[in-house]
Amino acid sequence: MRHAHDMLFRTLADPTRRAIFERLCRQGEQTVGALTARSGVSQPAVSKHLGVLKQAGLVRDRHEGRQTHYSAQLHALSPLIDWTRQMAGFWQNRFDHLEDLLKRMDQ
Amino acid sequence: MNEASTETQSVVVERDIPHPPEKIWRALTQPHLIEEWLMKNDFKAAVDHRFSFRGDWGSVDCQVLSVEAHKTLAYTWAAFGLKSVVTWTLTPTSTGTRLRVEQSGFQLPQMRQAYQGAKAAWPGFVTKLEQVLARAA
Repeated sequence: MRHAHDMLFRTLADPTRRAIFERLCRQGEQTVGALTARSGVSQPAVSKHLGVLKQAGLVRDRHEGRQTHYSAQLHALSPLIDWTRQMAGFWQNRFDHLEDLLKRMDQ
Repeated sequence: MNEASTETQSVVVERDIPHPPEKIWRALTQPHLIEEWLMKNDFKAAVDHRFSFRGDWGSVDCQVLSVEAHKTLAYTWAAFGLKSVVTWTLTPTSTGTRLRVEQSGFQLPQMRQAYQGAKAAWPGFVTKLEQVLARAA
């Protein structure tokens, strides 16, 4: 789970990559060529970003003839939604450990 | 490509603890004690000191922002590509201390941007996400 978070955060931390992902969310399935046309970066760069997005499970590719079509996989974002809740759980858990320690410090 | 908005998310956890602030302060600031309840670390209660917390799963990069003995302590907390600030506040009570930790400034707006994009395509799904976020806020 932590690994999944790590990968998602790293993947979406890059603004160009995030823009590509957003475009796929907004406009549905796109080819590398179509994504490149409006991204302001080179096709190899777009392909590389798509590769990273794919590794993180954020996009899926579909081959059709000589074209590869990419689409967003929104469910891959779900671990992020729970981030604040998970951090709250993390601190609650640490507070428990802290209280245990404080008791031991009395002895 | 828009700039990320400045909107941030935060997490607050508070608890009444039946120990005096001075003692809790020690547990929050002495590395060997911090390790017992949080993580291994090379913390020093000195403003600007850079340190890290190390867990089995990786590490958290931090820098001390403010120190007011027995009262408040704040440090940056960068992990998983997300930067935030952790602020501890100790308030004396009749029975001990009200201890509060706030972790704020997550760059969740970056993720939110993605949700904004997603909104157009999957309204139902994103509405649910936003409800969850609203509850968690």
